[in-house]
Amino acid sequence: MDIEEYRDHPVRSYVLTSGRAHPSRNTLRPETLVRAVESRPVLSTAGRLERELVQLCRGTLALAEVAAYLQLPVSLVAVMVSDLVDSGNLTIRSNHQAHVLPGKDILEKILDGLRKL
Amino acid sequence: MDSASSDRTVPGQHLAPTVARSVKVLVVGAFGVGKTTLIGAVSEIDPLRTEERITTASVGIDPGQPNKETTTVAMDFGRITVTEDIALYLFGTPGQRRFWDLWAGLADGAVGALVMIDTRHLEDSFEVLDQLELRTKIPFAVVVNQFPDSPNYPLERVRAALDLLPETPIVECDARDRQSAVLTLITLVEHAMTFPVFQKVNA
Repeated sequence: MDIEEYRDHPVRSYVLTSGRAHPSRNTLRPETLVRAVESRPVLSTAGRLERELVQLCRGTLALAEVAAYLQLPVSLVAVMVSDLVDSGNLTIRSNHQAHVLPGKDILEKILDGLRKL
Repeated sequence: MDSASSDRTVPGQHLAPTVARSVKVLVVGAFGVGKTTLIGAVSEIDPLRTEERITTASVGIDPGQPNKETTTVAMDFGRITVTEDIALYLFGTPGQRRFWDLWAGLADGAVGALVMIDTRHLEDSFEVLDQLELRTKIPFAVVVNQFPDSPNYPLERVRAALDLLPETPIVECDARDRQSAVLTLITLVEHAMTFPVFQKVNA
């Protein structure tokens, strides 16, 4: 899908999310890590994009990466991801950090890692 | 950005299964200042792009006639797996006031921001710094991206021209060079560690 395609059809984004502009949870950020739940088959009613999204998440990716690969806005993918978490098809890998800043211990680990690059 | 569309499933781009935490740093600055170059220099994946449609209040329009327009803002980003369980994401975003709604959301939860400066167009960065200082409490470090024809100002002169606080780090950088870009991140995280908000341990 070409980016120009959805830019030219503003209504389309809302059709994909059944008219909703906000996800069912507000803890999703662009860096939130998500992953497919392999044991959970995607519902037969799921659309092509939902299937593609779950397929993408066979390994861990951040929400922003999913959005980039699907060539859709992050805000829209947040709605889809939220629904797929509700249906048990996706799991949030980094849930514990929602709205919590990393602590000093985490920053120290990051510094150590950066110094080794 | 063709690399993303040519291989939509990109299995090799997944994070290691051990990664269970992500943190982010913003890379802000005016257009053309080298945000995506810096992100590309340190990222373990080719920088990716997402686009977000936002409604912006037009600046400089008669306030009696509120005029909103819809703009598409591109956000380039990359990532570094810094330890076996932590991935660091770098999100590049334009820093102008009219994009505030976009990057206010991004700033939420960020370790800090790298503010990229081009000394040939110093005035372009005033608005970005104002937004950071007035509207967020996030730590930031100023990164002077050295272009081949950049005037060779001493950093202290740039600091004075930007009216930075004495504790705000300012470093020179060649955004194309990986080690140089990594050093800017180290400077930022070291600075962030002095902020009380990051003092508590939440392992």
